[in-house]
Amino acid sequence: MAAEDTTRTARASPFERVPAWALGLVPVALILGALVALLTIGSDTLGERRGPPVEDVAVERTVLRPGEIELEVRNVGPDAVDIEQVFVNDTYVDFSESTEEVGRLERQSLTLDYPWQEGSPLLVTMLTSSGVTVEHQIEVAVATPEADGAFYGLMALLGTYVGIIPVALGMLFLPFLGKVREQWIRFFIAATIGLLGFLAVDAYLAGREIAELSAGAFGGVELLFIGAVIAYLALVALDRYLRARRERAKSAGAGAFQLSLLVAIGIGLHNLGEGLAIGSAYAIGELALGAFLVFGFALHNTTEGLAIVAPLANAPRPSFGRFAALGLIAGAPAILGAFIGASAYNPEAAAFLIGIGVGAIVQVIVQLVPTMRDRAGRALYPASIGGILAGVAILYATGLLISV
Amino acid sequence: MQRISRRRLLGGAAAVASLPILPEVMPDKGLPGGLPATSGDAPGPTMGSHGGGVRGPTFKLGDVVDHAANGFNPTDILRDFDYGTVTRLPGGRVLREYELFAEDKEIEVAPGVRYPAWTYNGRVPGPTLRATEGDLMRVRFINGSEHPHTIHFHGFHPPEMDGVPEIGAGIIEPGGSTTYEFEAEPFGVHLYHCHVGPLAEHIARGLYGTFICDPKPGRPEADEMVMVMNGFNTNFDAASNQIYAVNTVAFHHVNEPIQVKLGELVRIYLVNTLEYDPVNSFHTHASFFDYYPTGTRLEPNEFTDTVLLGQAQRGICEIRFKYPGEYMFHAHKTEFAELGWMGFFEVS
Repeated sequence: MAAEDTTRTARASPFERVPAWALGLVPVALILGALVALLTIGSDTLGERRGPPVEDVAVERTVLRPGEIELEVRNVGPDAVDIEQVFVNDTYVDFSESTEEVGRLERQSLTLDYPWQEGSPLLVTMLTSSGVTVEHQIEVAVATPEADGAFYGLMALLGTYVGIIPVALGMLFLPFLGKVREQWIRFFIAATIGLLGFLAVDAYLAGREIAELSAGAFGGVELLFIGAVIAYLALVALDRYLRARRERAKSAGAGAFQLSLLVAIGIGLHNLGEGLAIGSAYAIGELALGAFLVFGFALHNTTEGLAIVAPLANAPRPSFGRFAALGLIAGAPAILGAFIGASAYNPEAAAFLIGIGVGAIVQVIVQLVPTMRDRAGRALYPASIGGILAGVAILYATGLLISV
Repeated sequence: MQRISRRRLLGGAAAVASLPILPEVMPDKGLPGGLPATSGDAPGPTMGSHGGGVRGPTFKLGDVVDHAANGFNPTDILRDFDYGTVTRLPGGRVLREYELFAEDKEIEVAPGVRYPAWTYNGRVPGPTLRATEGDLMRVRFINGSEHPHTIHFHGFHPPEMDGVPEIGAGIIEPGGSTTYEFEAEPFGVHLYHCHVGPLAEHIARGLYGTFICDPKPGRPEADEMVMVMNGFNTNFDAASNQIYAVNTVAFHHVNEPIQVKLGELVRIYLVNTLEYDPVNSFHTHASFFDYYPTGTRLEPNEFTDTVLLGQAQRGICEIRFKYPGEYMFHAHKTEFAELGWMGFFEVS
């Protein structure tokens, strides 16, 4: 202690009596001062940017009502934008706008008076005051559903069909898993890993595709990764917390349930993204609400139920309440996803939510790998490799039945 | 003016043709047929599930171009002929002297939409130069633009007066000047434009105008006007245009119909200077016209209501309206019509 004190005195004598917070404040004040100076003087010394203003707006949301197209646009360029005229499929239209001019990152709503026809593509061209054109393609014109009770009812039903019911059905394999030999359990765990791996890759690819549609002001692909990292770290934290609690309680068998819970959460977050895809496809009329879709999803998601119960095979049977809770955690987010997708869809939010699903699944895979190990401690051996491949094959095959 | 003409359009020309409507007579009550006069009104019976777009294309209602700031009004350009400064040469021949200067100028081509044009005499199209066949034309050209330009006339003239690079005066650099001198011939309706490369851009930016050469015996008395069919590629993608018009300002004659007299002969000197799109067309509603391609013959070769013109093609349309009221005219390349190339004659 004494030695340390001497060195400190020798090194930092001029500031010895100054409190630490004050020392911290000085650079902050200097930085702020410098930034203000740069803002006021710096821009003058550099002069104006060369060339014409850079005008760029992105359409974040499109609402189609009979005879009317409403666009919510955001200025994603560096300069203010004034949308002066608009034409739809090469016809100038009357429109109303919420503001005259939109500053950087500000939003504006445009309501266009145009007798669009159901099922036709529409190309909306916005002409700015400097003659720049910004185009927005509407692939297929379909009236945007009104967000009323019936609509939310339909989305809830859809989410139940594709989320909760199939997962619950898959969980019915639990008694079967309890009877089979240990190698088979490991095989099913391996299949679960294969299945989740496939979901992660599939969701990542879908997320990238959506992220590339985004305007860029708030990032696209970055949001996918940010979502994934957040979900991964949050699940790690949750796992640590549950583990610590379990050690305090010393309850037997809780380890297996905890693993199931984590798998359910991971799958639930993934199903949020799935619901999002279904809801947004419905909103833009691209979803054929047929038996085939429900059947395909059911088959697809049944395997997710199997994944949830696989860790529970040799553990004491959980109560019905806990069992149901696992099913809801994994399935119900599909309903929430469908709501969001159908009513408040935009590419950035979708990329972020899908990223969360990807991160969650990756974390679950990391959790599951130890339980797949055989007695020799190997993760990869013929049965587990076969299981992984079987999981991938099942999802690939059932995935072919769905196209959203 | 703005308000009432909008209403004319909203009601459709046919509905209004026999019913002169004044704002005092029908304040905001809408037109016969149930269409509301303003978009804020309750939907009329014919609205159905269609938007106001069924009533035709329009810029944002209420928006107009500031002609004063532009320095020219398309309504004035219609009947503005520049006969030059006329003197007689020894021997009695008529000499017409004109002055044209090139000027870079930002103009408003649609309400709120500014376009960095290159102009002759600060206007697009440039002045309508007019002479009689056989006159000697002396056109002084001063290049006040930041870019090199020329004037290239369609018509007979010695090659060194052709206003193309490398021949005669060649390219006129910024600040430079020259004089193009030639005899006005053949009679007809012609055009002039800049011929510096890249040619499409030099024309599309606004460097063009009409050159009318009258036949010696003259043409029958008529209400004469010039319509230069043009367009503006505001985003400079050189693929097509965002705005189409006659005499520059799109939908201008929807807001300000062209006033003509019932039964009087109307002579339209029609010129197509549109760049980037291969054809343009002209169509009159509820009426037919005699068409004189390039105006180089005194007899029409067609009696029609629609003509198709490639770039630099031009002709004379002679039309006589039989009924009072509003007559729509537009490009029957309807895409152009809906992007601004339409207007009305108001016959009284």
